Amino acid sequence: MNVSYFVKRENLIVRIIGEIDHHSSEMIREKIEREYVRQNVKNIIFDFSDINFMDSSGIGVIMGRYKSVRERGGKLGVYSVNPQIDRVFQLSGLYKNKIINPYSSLEEAISNI
Amino acid sequence: MEYQNSMKISFMSKSQNEAFARVAVAAFVSQLDPTVEEISEIKTAVSEAVTNAVIHGYEDMEGEIFLSCTIKDNLVEITISDKGKGIEDVSRAREPLYTSKPELERSGMGFTVMEAFMDEVEVESVKGTGTTVIMRKRLTSI
Repeated sequence: MNVSYFVKRENLIVRIIGEIDHHSSEMIREKIEREYVRQNVKNIIFDFSDINFMDSSGIGVIMGRYKSVRERGGKLGVYSVNPQIDRVFQLSGLYKNKIINPYSSLEEAISNI
Repeated sequence: MEYQNSMKISFMSKSQNEAFARVAVAAFVSQLDPTVEEISEIKTAVSEAVTNAVIHGYEDMEGEIFLSCTIKDNLVEITISDKGKGIEDVSRAREPLYTSKPELERSGMGFTVMEAFMDEVEVESVKGTGTTVIMRKRLTSI
């Protein structure tokens, strides 16, 4: 499990490599939260291209970050979600309820978030 | 004559074993030559059930989780049980977005994911005795 970041304009781009389950989610949450507090950004954009597994623990992580970005008037975005993980997102209503917006690439996410 | 096979494992209720359990089931089921999608669905459902046992069954205390998987032709049946505290109200626990532990940033989607990814999900729980989740899925690949 590895979490890395970079900042582009008002966005914190978070790249997670590995699997998101209950075990890894606690570390992922702490790392993202610490970085978000440190950086002067509004939005968080997740790069999901190197995540090959996610269960509903990932939904909890997203919902928690939604609360954080809302306090700064920010939004959440995600790109490169594989079809299986996309189904977990859809099931939980995260797209429908505009908690996180899906994009096909980083560029699209940055220009449309 | 139908094809049959089965396996049984038990492990400690540690969050590290969530990945172990789903990978073990995926490896066992792989003899049926499932699609990538089917394997991913089974792994996700197993992960949800084992996570429930760790977080809710044993509330992060030490305990043992029992997992068995049987194959009958193309039907996979997975049973995951714990001897933990049990679920007070099973139908409420199965509601989407319901969580008894909102302070943990849990989504409350565990049972909903299991139901969506498997054909059948049965939950038997006795307060103070434990919980058993039985999930069935018929694979289309054979």
